[in-house]
Amino acid sequence: MADQGADHGTDVEKYDASASPGSAIVTADRVENPGFPPFRPRVSELDPKKDAANSRRVALMFGLSMFGSVAAIAAYIIFPITPGDTGSVRTNTFLLGIGLALGLFGIGFGAVHWAKALMDGHDLVELRHGTRGSDETREKAVEVFHLGNQESGWSRRKLIRNTLIGALVLFPLPGIVVFRDLAPAADPNDLLKHTIWKKGTRLTKDPSGTPILASEVTLGSVFHVIPDGINDLEDKLEQKAKAAVLLMRLKPEDLHVSKGRESWNYKGIVAYSKICTHVGCPVALYEQQTHHLLCPCHQSQFDITHEAEVIFGPAKRALPQLPITIDSEGYLVAQSDFHEPVGPSFWEREH
Amino acid sequence: MIGLLATGGAYALFTTSATAQTSSQISSMVSDGQKLFAANCASCHGLNAQGTGVAPTLIGVGAASVDFQVGTGRMPAAASGPQAEKKPVQFTDAQIAALATYVASLGPGPAIPSSEYLQGNGDVAAGAELFRINCAMCHNVAGAGGALTEGKYALSLSGTSAKHIYEAMVTGPQNMPVFNELNITPADKANIISYLKYLDSHPSPGGLDLGNLGPVSEGLFVWIFALGSVVAITVWLTAKSN
Repeated sequence: MADQGADHGTDVEKYDASASPGSAIVTADRVENPGFPPFRPRVSELDPKKDAANSRRVALMFGLSMFGSVAAIAAYIIFPITPGDTGSVRTNTFLLGIGLALGLFGIGFGAVHWAKALMDGHDLVELRHGTRGSDETREKAVEVFHLGNQESGWSRRKLIRNTLIGALVLFPLPGIVVFRDLAPAADPNDLLKHTIWKKGTRLTKDPSGTPILASEVTLGSVFHVIPDGINDLEDKLEQKAKAAVLLMRLKPEDLHVSKGRESWNYKGIVAYSKICTHVGCPVALYEQQTHHLLCPCHQSQFDITHEAEVIFGPAKRALPQLPITIDSEGYLVAQSDFHEPVGPSFWEREH
Repeated sequence: MIGLLATGGAYALFTTSATAQTSSQISSMVSDGQKLFAANCASCHGLNAQGTGVAPTLIGVGAASVDFQVGTGRMPAAASGPQAEKKPVQFTDAQIAALATYVASLGPGPAIPSSEYLQGNGDVAAGAELFRINCAMCHNVAGAGGALTEGKYALSLSGTSAKHIYEAMVTGPQNMPVFNELNITPADKANIISYLKYLDSHPSPGGLDLGNLGPVSEGLFVWIFALGSVVAITVWLTAKSN
């Protein structure tokens, strides 16, 4: 149902103040609906030449769409993807995309221009109508349900009904059991609290896995470290995500070592977890003059001279330190696992 | 003693052509370098390169460090700031070589790399893996550079010469950490250089790379051009026709 013309707009909104006593609606300063602006004919309605020109434009856009669709097919055939040549992938997808875009946008722009410039230009109001069905329809629906119940015996044959309900309830259960099993079998809490570092694990270079002599770590150096043997593990990446370590050498007098951690560094060589305590990005932007570590994700900064304490940014805890020493051959080894969980906070983390 | 050190330093500097050098040439390079040093570097680094309050000692930094810092125009520094900027080179190649020979004569340090590691013909895939692990966090995975703290930044490596890349790894200029020959072997450094040279010579397969800066430039592009065209189309859709 559509009403035509500008004067109908105000009728729709007319409000009868006497109809709802006690509702305390202030009607005095109510904004009057201005209705539609007066009808103004468009150029294509006044000038047959303009009408023809607009008609040509719409046709041109539909024509461009046809051209684009054909060009997309042609480009796909003429510039095929050659295996091993990334340049051919780029040319192929680029031309195909241009053709498809022209094909689709041509239809859209043509249709909109047609509607705006050439179709009937009067403003319309379409009133909202009630969604309630007629009494006749409602009675008919009730009757259908009643008939269905009678014919199937749904409320009479209780055994069938109840076994069907039971079957429907049980059917999704295998899915729940199977999907629950996708979660780690072990207690995730335990997985988060421990890494594969343990007493005597050698520090090795990422990615080669070659052990590191303490003498190789010169002042100002930074080594990206993984635990020995991690490359042979099946779950290598999961373990690396927790066990990655950054190894740096500072002058021993530059380190401010707190009580209980005196033996955790080896002659100024310190190892810290590379996993940011904020949301777990790899923190590895080490400035060898300021001894600051920067996390590239959210700009948390850690001061290596003060046991990686946070000096800027959203991280709330210092990076966990890996206690290290050397073995009989002079290779750097861990004294133990980290003394606290690495990485971001989680619900069950105690401190 | 000085003669011995000078010979040793220069030997390290010219490992491939050391036999062609006579000791008199080397000692003249050392004395030329010393004069250049006294005139251009000593005000900050001290007359004997022992370092002062404003600049570190250069004893033991090696020829590679001098060749990098002076050869890229970072030294002599124009002004103090978060980091010494790259600028037009102030000395001729012969003067840089003399300065490097002189500083190398002061104490053992990294030598100028042998050309066999600078050819860019190494294993690109291995170099890329090492680059992602050791370098990409600062220099960006495509070598486009990135910001550090308090005004410092890691430079774009695009177009940097193989020799300067090698020297930067082995000496750790300014806030860049040192990657000595035992951490990343010379062959692996050659692989990393090969990867960077590969990036230089191969255009981005994905089309316009927008500086390879990742979400920053890509987000800005989408913000301006994609949202801009959505706004423009919306305005056009709702405007009345003439």
